[in-house]
Amino acid sequence: MARVVLIGNLAQLTGGVAEFQISATSVKHLFQQLAEAHPALAPHLEEGVAVAIDGQIYQDSLFEPIKPDSEVFILPQIAGG
Amino acid sequence: MADNKIGADHKIGAETNGHTDGQSNGAHYVGTRTIRPDGVDKVTGRARFGADYNLPGQLVGRVLRSPHPHARIVSIDTSRAEALPGVKAVVTRADFGDQPSEFIPAGEMMMNYKDVVRNVMAREKALYEGHAVAAVAATSVAIARKALKLIDVKYEVLPHVIDVVEAMRPDAPLLHDDLFTVGVEPKPDKPSNIAKRLEIKVGDVEAGFKKADLIVEREFKTAPVHQGYIEPHAALATVSEDGSVELWTTTQGHFIVRAHCARLLGLDISKVRVTATEIGGGFGGKTVVYLEPLAIALSKKAKRPVKMVMSREEVFKASGPTSGATVRVKLGATRDGKFTAGFAELKYQAGAFQGSPVQPGTMCAYAPYDIEHVHVIGYDVVSNRPKVAAYRAPGAPISEYAVESVVDEIAKKLGLDPIQLRMMNAARVGTKAAYGPKFGPIGLEETLNSIKKTEHWNTPLRKWQGRGVASGFWFNIGGETTVSLTLNEDGTVSLMAGTPDIGGLRAALASVAADELGVPVEKVRPIIGDTGSVGFNFLTGGSRSAFSGSMAIVEAAKQIKSELVARACKLWEAKPDQVEFKDGAVRPLGALAEKVKPMTVAEFGKLSGKLGGPIGGVGRINAQGAGPSFGTHLVDLEVDPETGRTTILRYTVAQDAGRALHPAYVEGQYQGGAVQGIGWALNEEYIYGDDGKLQNAGFLDYRMPVASDVPMIDTILVEVGNPKHPYGVRGVGETPIVPPLGAIANAMEAATGIRFTELPMSPPKVLKALRDKGLDKA
Amino acid sequence: MAKHHIEAKVNGDPVEFLCETEETLLDVLRDTLNLTGSKEGCASGDCGACSVMLDGRLVCSCLVLGCEVAGHSVETIEGMAKGESLHPLQQQFLKSAALQCGICTPGVLVASKALLERSPDPTETEVRYWLAGNLCRCTGYDKIVSAVMDAAATMRKG
Repeated sequence: MARVVLIGNLAQLTGGVAEFQISATSVKHLFQQLAEAHPALAPHLEEGVAVAIDGQIYQDSLFEPIKPDSEVFILPQIAGG
Repeated sequence: MADNKIGADHKIGAETNGHTDGQSNGAHYVGTRTIRPDGVDKVTGRARFGADYNLPGQLVGRVLRSPHPHARIVSIDTSRAEALPGVKAVVTRADFGDQPSEFIPAGEMMMNYKDVVRNVMAREKALYEGHAVAAVAATSVAIARKALKLIDVKYEVLPHVIDVVEAMRPDAPLLHDDLFTVGVEPKPDKPSNIAKRLEIKVGDVEAGFKKADLIVEREFKTAPVHQGYIEPHAALATVSEDGSVELWTTTQGHFIVRAHCARLLGLDISKVRVTATEIGGGFGGKTVVYLEPLAIALSKKAKRPVKMVMSREEVFKASGPTSGATVRVKLGATRDGKFTAGFAELKYQAGAFQGSPVQPGTMCAYAPYDIEHVHVIGYDVVSNRPKVAAYRAPGAPISEYAVESVVDEIAKKLGLDPIQLRMMNAARVGTKAAYGPKFGPIGLEETLNSIKKTEHWNTPLRKWQGRGVASGFWFNIGGETTVSLTLNEDGTVSLMAGTPDIGGLRAALASVAADELGVPVEKVRPIIGDTGSVGFNFLTGGSRSAFSGSMAIVEAAKQIKSELVARACKLWEAKPDQVEFKDGAVRPLGALAEKVKPMTVAEFGKLSGKLGGPIGGVGRINAQGAGPSFGTHLVDLEVDPETGRTTILRYTVAQDAGRALHPAYVEGQYQGGAVQGIGWALNEEYIYGDDGKLQNAGFLDYRMPVASDVPMIDTILVEVGNPKHPYGVRGVGETPIVPPLGAIANAMEAATGIRFTELPMSPPKVLKALRDKGLDKA
Repeated sequence: MAKHHIEAKVNGDPVEFLCETEETLLDVLRDTLNLTGSKEGCASGDCGACSVMLDGRLVCSCLVLGCEVAGHSVETIEGMAKGESLHPLQQQFLKSAALQCGICTPGVLVASKALLERSPDPTETEVRYWLAGNLCRCTGYDKIVSAVMDAAATMRKG
């Protein structure tokens, strides 16, 4: 089971739960499960988040694989200037 | 002109992750100081920037702007302007369809299209002095100016609010009656100027503070500062009768401009073709649209091209500076210097519409450090100022200024060397970042060590001189990128990228393409294609263009090399394991080598038609794997106690580039960002009167550093390779502006004994502080 | 009101043009004579991006009226290279990577050329104070100053 942590305000949409143990093979799969469990999260997962898998940050990368023992963080999206 | 390669700087740098394709003449260009291919046009005045484009029959477009910082727009009567001979079109809010509330990802500052359409052209209200209210297109500047005066706007002036703390008060004038604070429970039923409250929490700071032997708590204030690009915004639009648009604009992202304009004007994206002109500076401020939708709307009505250029005053009043902010920091440490807990509260001003960079501000505040307990709260607050736009590492300089100042105070109080204190707590590979995930390999410690080893660090100082150090970082991004490489029929290579070149990108990309294909770099010609010619590219920003562009080139070159190998096999009737691509040619292996000679890339180019057709490759990627770039700055300065003037005596930047594709342009980023930071720390600020109007909307009184204000900026290129990039590259453009504010504030404290908690530390403020302490005598 | 008919010299060539009273030399150069190398950064003489030489004197062309140059000689960035040969300053700026976005570069080059014509061996301080009227936001001035001093050394060698 991958350890999934919501960073920032996203935990407000899950009734305060910021950490999950989820079995997911890809970012897409992970988002699907999170959205099913917490529908309020869905629009935010579609736009505006980055995903860090085992320390590497990915943005807009739905097919990125997640391993069974991965540590995953869902962060606000970043760009720059 | 002589050689492209200058000097002995053939620094190959860190591991290349398996990249060994070299030159047919044995040379490598990556890591050397080639002459930029777009350079000749820039030193002769030939290069065409935004305002240098003209079309036959074009009209002059001008904008009417609100003189009031906050007012309801009761009515707009354009009839007298429309009747003026020479006026061919007038547009107002009536010409732009309203946009439903919908957030679009614009990186860390989510934009709402409902706000975008209102920023481009005011609707119900004018929300800042300078807010666009109407625009005209006329046959001459004089007529356009006259036409603006003939537009009758009835305003109902409202009370305004400028300062962020003032704007947060419950009785403050309200900018939007449909803005309810997001992120607070229970959900508020009254609108407010606080758009959002956000926080990041790691561990338990209360428990952490209990473990501290020393706690320092301070509040800081910064003023809004402008990106200060020397080239004002400019756009030239021409719209055909079938609704198709051609647009030339000075922008960091022409695909983003295309998307915004298509959306705002209800056009198919394929009908909008945007060319990014050469750009005279952006730093984040040219990632949004101001004039473009107006020029298009005017051209559509007038049926002639419309050219619009902002004046310097308009740039200051109507294009986004970065936030001013109030920041409170509380940091605890053991007496040995280990940080136990870090708290911060950031209040960032977003301007007239929500979307300040407070989110990355919260994430960056403690990012250089390994702290078990971190809690950062941020507020995004609107006020009657121009809508804030990105400025180089948005949000980070402000929060890291505050934290680095407190780190310095802790060092002093504990009697510890400030570099040593940072080393003790430095984030390294495997450290859990304050914003969540663990860091991969990073170069913070290397930058701290290299600063410590400099002669600069060890030079003695005199009275009224002080030395300061600070660290900082930016996340850096990758993003959607398309680059095409074409092998021409004479063996030269055409490279088309799609991220505007704001500071030497084409030079770096040409070197990468030359090394990948094994051709001389003078034979590679890079251009930046328009939106109709090259596939989608996210904008130049986030320190991504060299990182992503070079990655895409590797992909494109792979395609070409594999095609050449396939053709060689056909030509030589060989199997794939009998040939290889190496050093700029397809080479026969083993026994085959006795029958045929190698064929170079150029030779394939000459025969391309006969061997199957044109040869090229397109790298189409969503670049991932961006690695953060950490930096440490060291500054010596001297304060004149009689005038309060601060002179920067010496400045050294050490920053991790991963791998410097072109060392001179990487150094240039370090130096440029440092000097912007010097301006931010010592002089730059938006000054408002009680009437809510900007008092210093020009370069004389918005005082940016000039050549005589700064010394040489020494640079140390640290290279801790990014394992996720084929060349080890990390973005470098933004990090350089993050450490200067803290470093200079720390040096000021060392020089004067006074901890300045308000920026800028301009001469009047320094003098007043010295006088208050009776220190103003030399 | 009728436009003014002006005859002058620009980069060694005789020119004639019409201009309004309020048009600046910068407006004329860019919009009438199609010499867009000089740039408008502020139109108030604070940034130096419009620097040109007027009768051998360094001026901000945004502070000179078009009509004022009647009978006078103007040199712009477009006249700096001689045929296919770049001026040593132009060459050095390329070698030293003394430009990033390049918008300030024409003004800086014109100003630097003016400096070296009167002071062929300037100190770093002299270069910095002479160029204080040319704003650059990208480079932090370091490589610009080095390039000017290196070009000066090259030019002194003759």
